[in-house]
Order: sequence, then C-alpha cells, then structure tokens
Amino acid sequence: MPVQTVREALRDAMAEEMRRDPAVFLMGEEVGQYQGAYKVSQGLLDEFGDRRVIDTPITEHGFGGLGVGAAMAGLRPVVEFMTFNFAMQAIDHIINSAAKTRYMSGGQLGCPIVFRGPNGAASRVGAQHSQCYASWYGHVPGLKVVAPFSAPDAKGLLKTAIRDPNPIIFLENEILYGRSFEVPEGEHLVPIGQARVARAGKDVTIAGFSIAVGYALEAAEMLAGEGIEAEVIDLRSIRPMDADAIAASVARTHRLVTVEEGWPFAGIGAEIAALVVERCFDELDAPVARVHGVDIPLPYAANLEKLALPDAARVAAAAKAVCYRS
Amino acid sequence: MATARKTKTPGADHKGASGVDLLTYYREMLLMRRFEERAGQMYGMGLIGGFCHLYIGQEAVVVGLEHAIEPTDYVITSYRDHAHMLARGMDPKGVMAELTGRAGGYSKGKGGSMHMFSTEKRFFGGHGIVGAQVPLGAGLAFAAKYRDQGAVCLTYFGEGASNQGQVYESFNMASLWKLPVVFVIENNQYAMGTSITRAKAGTELHQRGEAFGIPGVIADGMDVIAIRAAGDEVVGHARSGKGPILLEARTYRYRGHSMSDPAKYRTKEEVTKMRAERDPIEQVRARIVEGGHADDAALKEIDREVKVIVAEAAEFAQQSPEPDPAKLLTDVLADA
Ligand SMILES: Cc1ncc(C[n+]2csc(CCOP(=O)(O)OP(=O)(O)O)c2C)c(N)n1
Ligand SMILES: [Mg+2]
Repeated sequence: MPVQTVREALRDAMAEEMRRDPAVFLMGEEVGQYQGAYKVSQGLLDEFGDRRVIDTPITEHGFGGLGVGAAMAGLRPVVEFMTFNFAMQAIDHIINSAAKTRYMSGGQLGCPIVFRGPNGAASRVGAQHSQCYASWYGHVPGLKVVAPFSAPDAKGLLKTAIRDPNPIIFLENEILYGRSFEVPEGEHLVPIGQARVARAGKDVTIAGFSIAVGYALEAAEMLAGEGIEAEVIDLRSIRPMDADAIAASVARTHRLVTVEEGWPFAGIGAEIAALVVERCFDELDAPVARVHGVDIPLPYAANLEKLALPDAARVAAAAKAVCYRS
Repeated sequence: MATARKTKTPGADHKGASGVDLLTYYREMLLMRRFEERAGQMYGMGLIGGFCHLYIGQEAVVVGLEHAIEPTDYVITSYRDHAHMLARGMDPKGVMAELTGRAGGYSKGKGGSMHMFSTEKRFFGGHGIVGAQVPLGAGLAFAAKYRDQGAVCLTYFGEGASNQGQVYESFNMASLWKLPVVFVIENNQYAMGTSITRAKAGTELHQRGEAFGIPGVIADGMDVIAIRAAGDEVVGHARSGKGPILLEARTYRYRGHSMSDPAKYRTKEEVTKMRAERDPIEQVRARIVEGGHADDAALKEIDREVKVIVAEAAEFAQQSPEPDPAKLLTDVLADA
C-alpha cells in the first residue's frame, strides 16, 4: 500500500470528491493561492480554479454563514477554518443555521456542508489557539462530528463527509498532518459512526480520538512491556459515537480509560463513562478513568504546556491504576 | 472620494519636528527594531516557540501615536504586539522573558508572544483572534467615558481584521455613544499571504467608518512625523468628546506574517525597495543628519545604548526560570 501523510490524504479526498461532484467547492482563508495555511489544499487551486477553490477575507462568521446558505441551495461546500479556534466566530451559523434547519423545516431543508480544519493544541501557540472542540460540537443534535487519527481514516471519512447530506464537523490535528500511514489505493470510504480497534488486547480498553490515539498506542506498547495487554479503540467519530464498539471492548477487558486533549467537564470522556454505565455497568471491574487536558486555558511556557496536555505516560499510568497495578 | 475633506494624502502636511523629537523617535524605533531582530534570532535558536509575529518595518506607527497620547490613555492591539508594549514603556526584559515563556515575563510565562498585558501601563493586550480587540477597545473607551476620565483608547488592528463583522458593530456603537476611541488600521498591505486587493471590496480603509459618521484620516505609516501629526489630530478629536475617529496608517511589514511564513506571496524586490526607500528609521536618521541635530558619534552612542538594553533583555529572558509547576492551576479564577 502506498504511504501518505494525513495532509496528502485530506487533499486527495477533497480532490477526488471535487472531480466526482461539480457541486463540491472549497472555501476558506488562504486555501487557494497560499495552498492552505497548513498546506492541506496544496494543488487544488491549480486543478479546480478559483471558481471552486475560494480564498475568503478574514470573516469566519460571514463565510461560515454564506457556506450554509449555499448548502441550503444545494451546493456542497467544504468550509475550511484555518483552525477551529476561529470557528468560534462562526459557531452561531454552525449550530443555529446549519444544525437546526432540517428539524425546524420539518425535514424540508437540508444542509450538506463540511466544516473542517485543525482542532486542539499545536505546539506552544497559547490559550486562544489551542482548544479542543470535540465536546462542544458533540453536544449538538443535527451535527455529525468526526475526528480521525490516521491518514486512511482521514481520507475515507472526509470523502464520506462530503457525500453526507448533513452538516459535518471534521476535526483535524496540526501535529498529525505530517504523520505518514499506508493508505489503500482507489476508492476508499469510511463510514461515519464506526470506531476501529487500533490494537487488540484483553486487559484494559483505552478509547480516544485524533492525536490521543497516538498516545494510547504508545501507552499500549509501554504496558505490553509490563505484561498488560491494552486494547486501543480509535473512536474516529464523536457523534454518532460507536457505543456498540466501546461496550463490546469493555465486555472483553472490563476496564476502561478514555483519553482526550479537551477539558474534563462535560467532555468526551464523561460522555463515554456515562454510556458505559448505562450500557454495561456490570462488565466493569474498576471505575472508568479519564485522561484529559488539565482544566485550565493552555499555558505558553514549555514546561507548563507539557504538564497541561495528556501524554502516553499518563495514559499508561491510568491504565495501570484501573488494572490495580502500580 | 467622499471623505476628501477629512483625508490627507500620504506624506502631506508634516509638522516640523524638533531635533529632540527626532532623536527620541529614532531611539525608540531603533529599540523596537533591535529587540525584534533579537527575538527573531532567539526564535531560530529554539528559545522562543509557537507563533511570533514581528512588527519590523511598521515602527513609525506605534511610536508616532504613542507620542500623541498620555500614559493614562488606553492601548489595545492584536498578536503583533511587541512594539506596542515597548512604546507604552513596558520593560523590555519582561516582554522578552514572556517570549521565552519564563516566570519573569509579563504574563509569568502563561501568555506568550501574543498575550501580554500591563494594567499599570494601561496596555490591554495582546489578542490572538483577528478583530477581537476592536470591541474590547470600544469597551475600554466606554469605561473611560463612563468614569469621565478624559482618557481615550487607541484600538489597533490590521487591514485584514478590518473585514471582520465585529469591527462594524463596534463602529456603530462607538459612534452612537460618542465613545473616545481612535480606531487605528495598521494597513501593512498583507493579511498573512493575502494582499489587500485580493480580500477587499474597496481599499480605501479610512472611509470605512463613513456610513457610521466616523471621520477617517489617512497617514504615511512609514513616516513617524506624519503619524505624530495625524495622531495629534485624531486623538484631539476623540478626547474632545466628538466621538470615534478612524486612522488608516499605510505601512509595511518586512518579515513574514509570523516566523513560520516564508512570504512567497510577494517578491524580494518589493521588500527590498520598501526597505531602501521608505524605512522609517532611516528616514528619521537622514532628517537628523540633514538638520544637524546630531553627529555620527551621537547616533552611534544611541545605537550602543539600544544594543545594551536588548542584550540585557535577552540575557534576562534566558536566565529567568521557567514558571513553577505549582503555578499551573493558578490564575484561572480570582478568589471571590
Ligand atoms: C478569527 C481569526 N481568524 C483567523 C486567524 C488567523 N490569522 C492570524 S493573523 C491573520 C492575518 C491578519 O492580518 P491583519 O489583520 O492584516 O494583521 P497583520 O497580521 O498584518 O498585522 C490571520 C488570518 C485568527 N487569528 N483569528
Ligand atoms: Mg495586515
């Protein structure tokens, strides 16, 4: 299988869908001539021209809403936010205009739109540029939220998202853009709402999404050295959440650790803990442990930033704790 | 041009500046330039991380305007904030130590390049979300008016930011309530890789307050004397109770948008030409020499003093310890 970076996989997904469907277009800040602030849209302007690869002014609330309007009229916009931190300028349109319209119109009006861009912390870019929005958007009925880790999932999920008739929040990660994976050749679609077992194991389940899957896999490797076989679940989708996959894994391991970069309060870990309690409480041999970003705005200082974000060591420690091993 | 009455063309109407003024401007701009050159080097050495947006080339704007306001006035700006802080009289050591993320920094290492503040110097940041400082600046002016302080707020933002909707919501309220705010558009021609003509319907930004009854002034942002004169005019307007006013300073940034931007969207010649023909520091230097206000030796002495301040700041920023890990959880909420 050919090896690709996540960045290239995302680009190919957009290019393939734009070739397939003339209603698909890409819009955002620096997506055209600059080839993307993080070079995700490299080459797209050349291939598709400025009718379909559109550089916007810095006006997220405006182009976010404009994209929703275009989707209501039947186009299929892919709206790139330079980072999801800036989508907060547009969140009213994402929730009030995109997510609620189908319901409010009694099913008449659709909104096939993808909002995508890097989410979460990068490296030392400070509090206003380092937030995870998985739980924010995961909260909202009328949205689907995906957050892939690997390049094949990034590609397959983005293609599926572009074809989906609903508004999709597609959370990428700047640090993952440069990471390489094998990606299947030819048409490759990944369904929304299905988790993936990234590593099988019988002693403890570690569930995470996006960059946290990397921490979980690293932790599993560390744990293997100590005789603990961890099963890593890559959630891939936040909403709908693959409750079956999580429950099935917990039924095998009886222990669960969740990992996310975001804050703990009403976070994805809290949601998973609740669903496990509802679905398979009797399977648990230990309380669910949550590994997450520390409950503070992200500090800039190198040492504090490191302390504030999850890492493999913390995941491994939590896994050992739920296995009652020290 | 509908606002022609209020509008000056770049370079026109220079007030005469004294030799003392010129030397002050020279020294202050040079400090900013050398400070940021050093910050750029330290970034290259890995001592500074994340985003670091240099102001090099634009120094005349902030220096000219600072001399038109009082220490009791308010200033707020974007992430491109190092020079604004130096202009306010903030300690170069504290600014540089924040860049290195150390305990001696203005935000104790928690903020970084984009997020520094000094209530003492009435500098309110340092904001990373494009355009967000504009309503905040209107709010600072609102507070000044509410308390009848006689203070004004200089609210700086880029020409790219001037497309954000909240800018116009702020214009409307500021004009409606006659807030003492000067909106300063630092038009450096580029918003990241987007040149002004690619993002704007209508590039005469000084006219953008017109529909709200906000007069606009345009000034040559490479010429500190022109900015100082424009500053006196716009600050006088805001302070006199006539409400907000808009100043467009036409300027230019020499470096990339941030340290990670190779700036391939413009030619090297464009930058070289600007530096050679319009550099704000060189312009003042030439005026000092022409006017006989200082000789070469005196100017060299200023260079030397500035070098020492920058070296001390850089030294402090490397010697200051990393923040105490025990401080990780502090400062989130105040005790109630
Ligand atoms: C709301 C928002 N959108 C996008 C960004 C990313 N961004 C940071 S600076 C910038 C360009 C701003 O240009 P301008 O306002 O002209 O200021 P300059 O950088 O030239 O000083 C962009 C797009 C951001 N920080 N915030
Ligand atoms: Mg600009």
